Amino acid sequence: MADTAREPPPDRSGFQELEDAEDLFPELAVPREAEPARLSTQDIGTESNGPKRDSFFDDDVDDLFAEATDEVSLDSPEREVLLSDGPSPAMTPITPPTSVITPRIGHAHDDMFTHSSFDEVEEDEAGDAFDVHISVSDPEKVGDGMNAYMAYKVTTKTSSSLFRLREFSVRRRFSDFLGLHGKLASRYLHGGYIVPPAPEKSIVGMTKVKVGKEDPSSNEFVEKRRLALERYLMRTVQHPVLLKDPDLLQFLESSELPRAVSTQALSGAGLLRMVNKAADAVNKMTIKMNESDAWFEEKQQHFENLDIQLRKLHASVESLVCHRKELSLNTAQFAKSAAMLGNSEDHTALSRALSQLAEVEEKMEQQHHEQADADFYFLSELVGDYVRLLAAVKGVFEQRVKTWQKWQDTQLLLQKKREAEVKLQFSNKADKVAQAKDDIKELEVKVRQGERDFQKISQSIRREVGRFERRRVSDFKNIFIRYLEALVGAQQQVMKYWEAFLPEAKAVS
Amino acid sequence: MMKEAKEEESTLSVHGHGVKVTEVLKDGDGLTFLIVSQKLSGTGEYHVDRTYEDFEWLQQQLFTQEDVPGIQGVIFPPLPAKAQVNASAKAVKQLGFLALEELQPYCAALETFIHQVAAHNILSKNKSLEIFLTSSEPPGRQRARKNIFNRLSQAVEEMRKESHKDVDDFFQSQRDMNIALTGSTKNAVEKFLDVVLSEQKIAVACGHFAASLHLCVESGDDPDKAAFSKICVKLSDIFESMKKNMTNVAKNDVSTLGLGLDLESRYQEAEKKDLQTGGVGNCQKECREGQTSQEGGFGGGEESGRDRV
Repeated sequence: MADTAREPPPDRSGFQELEDAEDLFPELAVPREAEPARLSTQDIGTESNGPKRDSFFDDDVDDLFAEATDEVSLDSPEREVLLSDGPSPAMTPITPPTSVITPRIGHAHDDMFTHSSFDEVEEDEAGDAFDVHISVSDPEKVGDGMNAYMAYKVTTKTSSSLFRLREFSVRRRFSDFLGLHGKLASRYLHGGYIVPPAPEKSIVGMTKVKVGKEDPSSNEFVEKRRLALERYLMRTVQHPVLLKDPDLLQFLESSELPRAVSTQALSGAGLLRMVNKAADAVNKMTIKMNESDAWFEEKQQHFENLDIQLRKLHASVESLVCHRKELSLNTAQFAKSAAMLGNSEDHTALSRALSQLAEVEEKMEQQHHEQADADFYFLSELVGDYVRLLAAVKGVFEQRVKTWQKWQDTQLLLQKKREAEVKLQFSNKADKVAQAKDDIKELEVKVRQGERDFQKISQSIRREVGRFERRRVSDFKNIFIRYLEALVGAQQQVMKYWEAFLPEAKAVS
Repeated sequence: MMKEAKEEESTLSVHGHGVKVTEVLKDGDGLTFLIVSQKLSGTGEYHVDRTYEDFEWLQQQLFTQEDVPGIQGVIFPPLPAKAQVNASAKAVKQLGFLALEELQPYCAALETFIHQVAAHNILSKNKSLEIFLTSSEPPGRQRARKNIFNRLSQAVEEMRKESHKDVDDFFQSQRDMNIALTGSTKNAVEKFLDVVLSEQKIAVACGHFAASLHLCVESGDDPDKAAFSKICVKLSDIFESMKKNMTNVAKNDVSTLGLGLDLESRYQEAEKKDLQTGGVGNCQKECREGQTSQEGGFGGGEESGRDRV
């Protein structure tokens, strides 16, 4: 693979040095496709289902919000709410927004979500330029002993009119995030929206932090969690519908938040959740849906495959990270033994050379450690995030199946009532006939509603899946590019170290 | 690397410095090495095959030269331990670097042994080297069987001499330094071996990652799918080249610093033996020569070490 086709370097000055190193890396085709990337993502926007999607979106959003206050009662609202880790049984109706504007993600910051090629990716609505940028920082331990927790500072910088201020920050703890996710999931899941999953609870990790040891592994854990929370929030606000949710706004803005208690692992709600999950699994196996739309079947298959592939990828990356950390450790030990050797050596030039070797190896150890970190935070976390996101996507598809099931059930019920009514008519019980007619009218309404729900969720899923796919491609591309930039930088650093050492080595003989 | 010895004094009919161990064949449980040497007179080559036992025979012949003057203080070039196809844990530890999968470093080590014997002004005069390199018949396959009594008595002698302080200050200080150096070098060799093994593991992991990325390629007209596949393939190629690079790095490491450190360590063992048996005059000269050769070896090793990038 000798792909040396290079576009002129974009405005990132760090790349100037690469020209010199060109011969050393003939095979390293850095896909610096920032410029062509803009073109290709625009193409994606206009080509695939372009006009159709626009109309869906416009019609639907109004539809969705107009009916929001209407049919909210499902079979077992309690059950569904608790299913998605939600704390509050009271479902607040969705207030229709004053204007349908999709926020465009800006590129103020240099982190994984705000890469310059992001501008064009977002929805087809032009709208004004909206920046919503969230950062999670300053983890601080609050309290002591087993009741301690980490509080994070959530800072929002935005020019969107949804928020009162331009820049503000609040302190939140991990269970607050889980609570937010619960509320969002319970509200939006049956609308067919893909709600980004929150980072997972880790009892082992948190216990270490609570006990209070200041060792590097607990610092790493906190750092990993902090970044995961940041990515979670960024993904959530990038969703145009979720951004307008009042709970999300409250989470970001208000200084005090009611404590989300039902997120605790061993609470009553937690146990109920587990029971419901088991029931769900059984249901999944028994419901057989007549799929009339090939698109859904194909997409489901696609996501299944993707899931398998991503898991494999994740495993590979984890092993790579592990080996690199091992290399870092071994290099450190070698550095120490080289230093010892240098000390015991008599000949001065050789002794000095050996000590220098030891120093270079120490620097190499640092490099390897950083590289292992880069491997982890870029590649491993990205793939891990997507594995979890895919689980959310699958959940949405399942939701659709459930909706279909409900619709069918209502239809069957209607059928039975009709038959019953006919029988009653023959038996001449006037009052019962009247009642039956009323029931039938009610059921007919429900059936129509069920059908509409089903169609709505199908449409919404189509939209969401399209958005998800585009986001997936751009996420991966951005992360890969940043990873490779870091890699190139690291390799150049390594070269500098060794070149500095060379004269010392030559001086020995 | 080594100081060129005066070849007109040796009785070798071949270029000692140009001897190559070109091939190694797995012969059942043992290994056969093909040795090529250039004739001094005119053009022509000797191709002989030898096994490890033949090398041992040569070494034995060099050791047992009783009546050659100056043989007492010689630091004999060290022979690497025997390489086996299925090496036991102890053998692996003894071999250290040379126990790695590839036999190429091992051949290089044997080659170095021959070069050093040929370049040594006393040892190269021994006829056994000539026979070793040129005769088409394998030289005496009779191994000097070290029966258990010999080995026991040898071990006891070594222990006795180790704790015995030397009369001469110079030698004592040399011995002390040597002991310190031996320990450190052995340590360094072990750690470096760990480093190389990690590098190899990383290369393998990169290969797996590249393969997994290739699995992510999806066919279909969907532009999203096409874009995703393209990204994955690109990254997969990059990781493939990373893997190749890492493999090369590991290889280079072994063939330069690795072999160098290994040779160092074995030389110091030999020096230790030499210092223990005592012997003035020649020994001093040998020690100084040995030191300079070590330094040269190190310089070369470190110079190539920078190619690890």
